[in-house]
Amino acid sequence: MAVDSTRTLVSPAQLRRGRGRVLYWAVLAVVVVAFTLVFLGPLYWMVTGALKSGQEIAQTPPSLFPRDPQPQNYVDAWTNLDLAKLLFNTFYYATGAVLFQLVFDTAAAYALSKLRPVLGGLILGLMLATLMIPAMVLIVPQYVTVIDLPIVHLNLLDSPFAIWLPLVANAFNIFLLKRFFDSIPEDLMSAAVMDGASPLRTLWSIVLPMSRPILGVVAIFAVTAVWKDFLWPKLVMPSPETRTVSVGIYAFAGGTPMNVVIAASVIAAIPTVVLFLIFQRNIMSGLTTGGLKG
Amino acid sequence: MALTTAPGATRRPGRPAPPPRQTAARRAGLGRKVRDNLTGHTFLIGAVACFAVFSWYPMVRGVVMSFQRTRRGETTWVGWDNYARIIADPSFWTAWKNTFVFTGLALVLGYAVPFFVAILLNELRHAKGYLRVLVYLPVMLPPASALFLFKFYAYDPSEAGLFNAVLTALGLPTSEWMQSPTMTMPAMVLASTWMNMGGAVLIYLAALQNIPGELYEAAEIDGAGVWRRIVHVTIPQTRLILALLAMLQIVATMQLFIEPLILANGAGTEDSATSVAYLIYQHGFFQNDLNGAAALGVIMLVVLAGFSAVYVRLTARQD
Repeated sequence: MAVDSTRTLVSPAQLRRGRGRVLYWAVLAVVVVAFTLVFLGPLYWMVTGALKSGQEIAQTPPSLFPRDPQPQNYVDAWTNLDLAKLLFNTFYYATGAVLFQLVFDTAAAYALSKLRPVLGGLILGLMLATLMIPAMVLIVPQYVTVIDLPIVHLNLLDSPFAIWLPLVANAFNIFLLKRFFDSIPEDLMSAAVMDGASPLRTLWSIVLPMSRPILGVVAIFAVTAVWKDFLWPKLVMPSPETRTVSVGIYAFAGGTPMNVVIAASVIAAIPTVVLFLIFQRNIMSGLTTGGLKG
Repeated sequence: MALTTAPGATRRPGRPAPPPRQTAARRAGLGRKVRDNLTGHTFLIGAVACFAVFSWYPMVRGVVMSFQRTRRGETTWVGWDNYARIIADPSFWTAWKNTFVFTGLALVLGYAVPFFVAILLNELRHAKGYLRVLVYLPVMLPPASALFLFKFYAYDPSEAGLFNAVLTALGLPTSEWMQSPTMTMPAMVLASTWMNMGGAVLIYLAALQNIPGELYEAAEIDGAGVWRRIVHVTIPQTRLILALLAMLQIVATMQLFIEPLILANGAGTEDSATSVAYLIYQHGFFQNDLNGAAALGVIMLVVLAGFSAVYVRLTARQD
């Protein structure tokens, strides 16, 4: 039993004595039960509901357990919506997003933190300023830009670059990475420079190995962002072959039985939930060290 | 690794020597500076190019587009016409009203609830990890998945729906949820809060852990009860993060989009779900009026900038 000794709102002494002790355990029990019902309950309902027949889901009062489980709903979801294809697409976009963000954002944050480029302060300021611009405001001009890139006049519709490249313009990553690089002592870096290491070499053999935790956070957030995003992939990946899983389910929702849509939603949610359960510590620490980001 | 951690370590990596402060160096100009630090600038190129093309340029383009009209490939300047057309849309004021109601309700529910949940979790010494994972779990679901769950199972207007079944079991009247214009907004706020509150809870928890225990100790010795300790210690100590998250939440909820799209098929019963963001989408991608949509985007930006200005004033005055 991990007992935290730091003092919070209620004094630890009060919690250990008679009435306080009873009250503490009562509150704990209520909170655990209530949170399980509120946050896990709907997920249970979703997974088991998709196992019910159309008849059973419409009955009153609803049944707690599926009386006659129909795994067929999940099979239908998988085949009718071509979920394998949709999941593969989403996975492909997520992997690319991780690579592009790691390479470009790490390099830029490192340059801004340690290499003192011309106008570095201004560039950083302009990048951070984009945090203040709501995504919905930019959606139209961004779309117009993507269907006809300035100067080169390329149309990126249905190309994965339409997802990868805009994600590189992520000021939150730059902020997170730069702050981490700022905390690496100059002494360490100048020692490497004295030894004749180039900036690239210093980044590769000294800075990056030290930054593994923060790079992990950036990568996990990149995967989650791609998996959760909806409107942007809906606009720039219009053809059925290139859709992401969320957009694909939405596109099919109209003409598909309710339980099959829910079964597909469950399958679509599995990757991010598993990712979260494995990396929960990194995700939570990344969220709180970042300090902001709703 | 060299042991010569130079005492004169004024040398910075990637730059040969501090340039002498002379006019000659200044005259060498930008090109020279860039060449001297080629790696530094190469490292920046990728990210700067992406920001330029997908963030900075669209910012400017959005404003420019809002004063133009493109028809059959021909673009002309039309002054304030797009703004006039978008404001004349019968849904314009409804959309703003709905968006403000959503933002307001989300502030009451989605803002106060996470703070008190965090205070509660911070007091518990057991099952900490479990409770944190539970609260954050919905944040990891793709919003489309979570919203189909609400749409089909929770907000089913018959008594077979999850919420109506619970209400019936408690002996309370059931609701028509998304079918009822008055329940549309509260139902969307509920779904949105469930999906999104995890992040705020974890950020508050981190802030609460930084409050020095002596402050509570001192307040307790002065005879302050739990509630007064919250008011006089917890809230003032977390003031900055509270203000910041309020601002971020307003910006996020003003962009309400996917909830109306999935839960209410866009506009909802009697236009009760139409949001400003949905109207942008509707004009831009269904009515083929990208210029009008851009104008509405600019209006939204101005409104949000107004909120930010109020926020900056309020937080500046407090210090």
